[in-house]
Amino acid sequence: MTIQFNTETFRDDYSFKNSDWAIQRFPFPFHEDSYMYSVNMEQHRGGPKGSVYEKRFDVDEHYLSEMKDRALVLADDPLRCQSLPHMTLAGWDLLELIMVSKSEDYPDLFELHRDGDTWRWINKPMGIDDTFTFLDETSLPYGPMEYITRQAQGDFCVLDQRDDNLWMDAGMVTTQADWSLDFDIGMNFFEWHAPVPLAHEKGIFKRALKFLLNIPQGAPARRLNWTMTVNPLLDTSPENYHKWGIQKTTLTPENIGAKQHLRVELQSFFRLPRSNALVFPIRCYLIAFQDIVKSPKWGRRLHRVIRDLPEELATYKGFIDNRPMMLDYLSKYDDGLPTSPGVFPENETEPPLQK
Amino acid sequence: MSAAPQKVKAGAEKIDVTVSAVVQLNELVTRFEFKRRDGKRFPTFSAGAHTVVYMNDGGTQRLNPYSLMSDPADTETYAISVRRDDQGRGGSLFMHNNVKVGDKMEITYPVNLFSLDLRAKKHVFLAGGIGITPFMAMIAQLERSNGHWELHYSVRTKALGTYVDQLTTTHPNKVNIYYDDQSQTIDLGKLLDGQPLGTKVYVCGPKGMIEWVHKSAAAAGWPDTSIHSEEFTAPQPGKAFEVRLCKSNKTITVGENESLLEAMEREGVDAPFLCRGGACGQCETDVIKSDGEFIHRDHWLEPEEQGKKIMPCVSRFIGNSLEIDR
Amino acid sequence: MSKFQFPESIQSRPVYGTLEPRPGKYHLIIADAEGAEAILDLSEQDATLMANAHIIYIPKGSKLGDRLKALRPAQYYEGPSYQAAASRIERVLASAHMGTQIYLTGTEGLIGQAMRDCINAGLPHTAIQTEHRGSVARRMQCVHCKGITEDVITDPFECSHCGLNLFVRDHYSRRLAAFQGVCIDAEDPGNVPEKVELYK
Repeated sequence: MTIQFNTETFRDDYSFKNSDWAIQRFPFPFHEDSYMYSVNMEQHRGGPKGSVYEKRFDVDEHYLSEMKDRALVLADDPLRCQSLPHMTLAGWDLLELIMVSKSEDYPDLFELHRDGDTWRWINKPMGIDDTFTFLDETSLPYGPMEYITRQAQGDFCVLDQRDDNLWMDAGMVTTQADWSLDFDIGMNFFEWHAPVPLAHEKGIFKRALKFLLNIPQGAPARRLNWTMTVNPLLDTSPENYHKWGIQKTTLTPENIGAKQHLRVELQSFFRLPRSNALVFPIRCYLIAFQDIVKSPKWGRRLHRVIRDLPEELATYKGFIDNRPMMLDYLSKYDDGLPTSPGVFPENETEPPLQK
Repeated sequence: MSAAPQKVKAGAEKIDVTVSAVVQLNELVTRFEFKRRDGKRFPTFSAGAHTVVYMNDGGTQRLNPYSLMSDPADTETYAISVRRDDQGRGGSLFMHNNVKVGDKMEITYPVNLFSLDLRAKKHVFLAGGIGITPFMAMIAQLERSNGHWELHYSVRTKALGTYVDQLTTTHPNKVNIYYDDQSQTIDLGKLLDGQPLGTKVYVCGPKGMIEWVHKSAAAAGWPDTSIHSEEFTAPQPGKAFEVRLCKSNKTITVGENESLLEAMEREGVDAPFLCRGGACGQCETDVIKSDGEFIHRDHWLEPEEQGKKIMPCVSRFIGNSLEIDR
Repeated sequence: MSKFQFPESIQSRPVYGTLEPRPGKYHLIIADAEGAEAILDLSEQDATLMANAHIIYIPKGSKLGDRLKALRPAQYYEGPSYQAAASRIERVLASAHMGTQIYLTGTEGLIGQAMRDCINAGLPHTAIQTEHRGSVARRMQCVHCKGITEDVITDPFECSHCGLNLFVRDHYSRRLAAFQGVCIDAEDPGNVPEKVELYK
């Protein structure tokens, strides 16, 4: 399949834009007009053709620009990619998983040739053609996890499974929604989720952990998470918060449609074979409010979700101060008509905006 | 949650295999080797993993987990070693008496509940009898990665010393054998004294041996998380059972190897689901009436809800009758 | 008695217990300041423990060192700071064996740093006993410059490395032995709330 790759930025002049194709396939996360946490796991075995759910690791028009942004983040702060010593084997597992998946799912873009332990990996969009020895770190320019995740969209957390728990022992984290790998590396599932309000009391994490511990080889799972970001800024890290936090205050009623973005994470969970670790890819998709409201259903629904969201969640997700302005804007796109269940926009059947 | 939650089996995938070798090692233990029927490679695995072998024993389905003893890097052949248990439920007897080279069988993808702790500075393996099998794979993996290990292997007699010759020849400095009939026992006190920080102990053998190691280690001041042990619990798809679906006005039979959710789907009933793994709550179903026992295998229901509700994606029922609100 | 009742908090915040004698062939006890009181309490529960104990004590002005010496541990060290003691601790852990019991007591900073070093040497953190005594000041890592500020007792506080005003989070890292500090006035530069003493 041919993808037209954008040349765009996720910082400074923020030239990021979604094409119509990207907008209609955006992973809108709300299947009803309200939102609360749930263990919303499902099997990650394909999805509607052309959707972000179809392939194991979705590649879209933002691929090259995102990889460029990642390289900039890493040059500025190498601590965004770390791997505790025992996780190298898991890194190789991840490298194999991504190379095999992408070469099978996008044969026009990626090729993998294996002759015993001698592997040749061709990444056409990035102009990479490397031959290396599988399981020999010295034959690659970076450790295996860093090597392959510099070529794959989204963050990757590699979790060691031991003592009936998962441990965040390695990761490539440059597009995170405000958490620090350098701080959290080494923590277990409950510890790294400690700051999330309400969810612990609801037993969400206990149930989610049990499900994740039981994910076997060959049966990956996925779920969606979401938050809000002003400007299409991928690197909303705590490390740089003292620089980007101020951008939240630059919203005006005139610019909010273009600047306020819904940020959705498509998270997946794959069991890794040699290490028995679990990889947790967190793929970030951004969409401006003005593009969301092009779909009447999404416009109606987003208004209602944001309006009725508990204060603790809006605070934890960082947009409590901007919520009034967001609602002023979104209410223009909510005519009170009912919305169909499910996440898809259904533009053919949903009534147009009656306002 | 997408608009297209996928209807697929959430358990370990199955692989069609042919039995490529049956090697009797001694009076009690036979090794079985498998090759894939489709010519593809087996998935690689982490040492300590097991596969579940499906057996059709004259109409009775049996599922037994067996440790994969082959080298994890060997993706052409999987090997298990089965100890004949004349007092067991019949799985090992079936393997020994019925399975021949060329037979077609089904096994699952590897699942690992007994993995190596890759942080360990040293791995100490304690094997009793057939408990040697996971360590064969672990030793292969650690040899490849230059890990530090030693094996202490207790066997009944020389004749029943499965793989003793192979192990002592290949690794003379790291393998210690103890013959019961010569009253040789593992000197656990000495073994647990003087090990470097970061040593992990793995024990696989009879229940009594496992308990003895845990107790001795605790008495010597070892943290319990440094002792890893594996006890096999056979996975149950369980017996077939009948269910009346009140809303759909149907009575269906849930087969041995399908879940209640899958049976409903097979019968064309549109039942809600999401994770298919007992954790998300989406398939929660009210029980209208029941006369029998529930086998709740989910992580969702509170204790007081069990029996009043059931999670069809993973849980089952045994008894005279069950009516649910679907 | 200098034990503080920490308010209930999030899952990553360490929770301390009460030291008790446990079976083992060697007992490594690391403490600072009022932690000595907990060691004295421990010894009362089982005096035989001391024959195989190594006490590493950082008095920080307390006069309890002599009472610890009087317990006649197999080894005794008194040092001016954790940093000064660190290489000794590293050496001891390098040749320690499984079956060593670890007891950490005193300030959170002492406990955290010693815990970090024991974990790096190969012990699971769940096996290490801890008891808090004395000051409730925290070690804080500035998430922006990665510098650690010691003995933080107010919220907010200034990073001793980069000068940013940081608010105190309960989110804690065993690996860094520190709580997380995040810029408090990023969204309204200069608007820094009044300092409030921790736990008041």
